[in-house]
Amino acid sequence: MLASRALSLVGRRALSTSVCLRGGHGVAKIEHYTLPAYFDARDAPLPDIRYVQNLSPEQKSLKEKEMGPWAALSNEEKIALYRISFNQSFAEMNRYTPEWKTVFGALMAFVGLTGLIVIWQRMYVYGPVPHTFDPEHKAKELQRMLDMRINPVQGISSKWDYENKQWKK
Amino acid sequence: MSLAKPMMRGMLAKRLRLHLPLAFVVSFSSALAFNLLIAQPRKRAYAEFYKNYDSVKDFNAMREAGIFESVRPIEK
Repeated sequence: MLASRALSLVGRRALSTSVCLRGGHGVAKIEHYTLPAYFDARDAPLPDIRYVQNLSPEQKSLKEKEMGPWAALSNEEKIALYRISFNQSFAEMNRYTPEWKTVFGALMAFVGLTGLIVIWQRMYVYGPVPHTFDPEHKAKELQRMLDMRINPVQGISSKWDYENKQWKK
Repeated sequence: MSLAKPMMRGMLAKRLRLHLPLAFVVSFSSALAFNLLIAQPRKRAYAEFYKNYDSVKDFNAMREAGIFESVRPIEK
């Protein structure tokens, strides 16, 4: 309804080719990508359509012969019928490829590149760390942790010899 | 030419015949390993620590080190 109103405003000649007129309404042309498609997929073994859509005359006669008893088909004909319906067999579809090496190599290359960028950033973008990272400051922090008996059972204070003021051997 | 008929059914059962017992074995052995290597030693360590633990002595040692704000080190 809305489409026909819009059409009368726009005028017949200005219509785009994807809108057809039919009984006063606009019907969209069916796009190829909206129709069922053929996929070779291990988890979808029966695709929605046959692989070969436009059969040659020999293939058409073969399809006629398929209507009769299958024992009458030779092995080559059976294979030809298979290839009409399917592109790759499961064995062909699932074969090993060395693609993983390319993927892994590219991944490592990008990780390395990222590492270089991170190093540059640390050197040229970040300012100095706070004074609390000085070794003397960190030593005082550790001494305070030992004084507080942090993790005395299995952690850091359990490794310190309080009598001799050194790490346990 | 005659190929052997491929396996048509029973794939899950075949897989489970190995993987189900394997799953139980792996689960139980990792639980056992965790218990023997981590849980039991940790319980023993805590038992040992608290067997002869003198909390007052520990507190005084901490006090001497000067970490508390409510109690200062003992004046000599």
